[in-house]
Amino acid sequence: MELVAQFLGSEGARMVVGLIAVIALVSVNALFLIWMERKVAAHMQLRPGPMEVGPHGAIQTVADAIKLMGKELITPAEVDKPIFWLAPIVIFLPVLLSFLVIPFSSTWIIKDMNVGILLILAFSTLSVLSILMAGWSSNNKYAVFGAIRSVAQNIAYEIPLLVTVMSIILMVGSFKLTDIVAAQSGLWFVVVQPLAFILFITCATAETNRAPFDIPEAESELVAGFHTEYTGMRFALFFLAEYTNMFIAAAVATVLFLGGWHGPFLPGVVWFLLKVYAVIFLLMWFRWTFPRTRFDQLITFAWKILIPLAFVNLLITALVLKLR
Amino acid sequence: MNAVSAWLTPQTAATAAFVMVIGLTIVGALIAVGARNIFHNVLGLCVSLFGVSGIFLFLNSPFVALMEILIYIGAICVAICFAIMLSEPMYLPPPPRNKVKVLGAAIGAGGIFVFLGLLLKKTQWTAAPERSTDWSVTTIGHYFLTNYALIFELVSLLLLVAMLGAIVTARGGRSKP
Repeated sequence: MELVAQFLGSEGARMVVGLIAVIALVSVNALFLIWMERKVAAHMQLRPGPMEVGPHGAIQTVADAIKLMGKELITPAEVDKPIFWLAPIVIFLPVLLSFLVIPFSSTWIIKDMNVGILLILAFSTLSVLSILMAGWSSNNKYAVFGAIRSVAQNIAYEIPLLVTVMSIILMVGSFKLTDIVAAQSGLWFVVVQPLAFILFITCATAETNRAPFDIPEAESELVAGFHTEYTGMRFALFFLAEYTNMFIAAAVATVLFLGGWHGPFLPGVVWFLLKVYAVIFLLMWFRWTFPRTRFDQLITFAWKILIPLAFVNLLITALVLKLR
Repeated sequence: MNAVSAWLTPQTAATAAFVMVIGLTIVGALIAVGARNIFHNVLGLCVSLFGVSGIFLFLNSPFVALMEILIYIGAICVAICFAIMLSEPMYLPPPPRNKVKVLGAAIGAGGIFVFLGLLLKKTQWTAAPERSTDWSVTTIGHYFLTNYALIFELVSLLLLVAMLGAIVTARGGRSKP
């Protein structure tokens, strides 16, 4: 450790250690979340779910991952090869980058940037681009339809998401994630801004392409949407990115509304992870409770209900801050 | 074992970063102009804009850099891709280059390049240490509403014109074929 610090300088050493920790967290998190989703789904439908591999099927996803790694990477004949190969990488890199600024506790953060929340929002938009790349380069009508739907959905839901986040930033006066958490040491923002919380969770569900907003990969209509043509590890990378995106969305919700690492008795990191997984459970609960929305309903809902509500919320926030 | 900082001085690191972002910008721009597949053009544009955001980062302005990614790549490039997918099918062979159009584009771009170059040469640049270092978002906001209010208003006018144009263009459609 000393040697590493000497070799790279303390800032560099922090980066390297952080990156290794993040890669470990991303893989373990995805393995855990897939198992958790299967279990949650199963228990909501009164069945036991995976039970064979390990206690209560706990290492079922490890077995699945090994199987996926052993599969052949098929590149269909008519695809646009460079883009087809690049898309799974492009979807995964911004997801990793977002971990740079997530504050797991007051000290467990890789780089506390002044523009933290902006960095996460900016890089999360890149996932749309990679979905487009994957869908278009596959040269498959289902994949293209999935990609087109995903873009329309993401553009529509990004506006209320940004406006909602803006009302929180207005209250704190800083883009820094640690500042936002520090401002909630007394009262969590979910109490002050309940409407913003509901809007944020709705938009985050749509942005991560989760049911009831999962029309880009609606199985019953589009086979598997934009990743229909992908096999093996490339397919696994899309899944890894999806579950990591879910973690990041939940982490941002925790930072913005649920007081981040604040909580009694337990250390900050434990509180943070507890809150993140509680939000993820909420997202899974949505998926197995609500049926998938129709495409026109989805877009109308965003433009006619969510965006006006987000703007009203922002105006009220600004007014209250001005009058106080 | 020597520290990396022994041979990687801040100057070399800065130069390497600068060369990298400039290279990214130029290569992206070349792909955006030269590729024959329209989807590759857009992706080239994305690469180029990434380079531009790198330049902003290099100039110590992370806020503008991230805004560049958020708006130009996240919104505009994605909207362009969306428009492409709704336009003509991809399996048709691309039409040959129109010589007149290529020439016109070259003259237009060259004119802007020369104009900006002359402007750059003419401007009296103050060295970084003598300049005010306060370029926080607050300062930029104050400047927008005081010294540069006219530009700010013109930008909103431009957006209004774009919106009106979009509405006018879209109004004619939606008729049964």
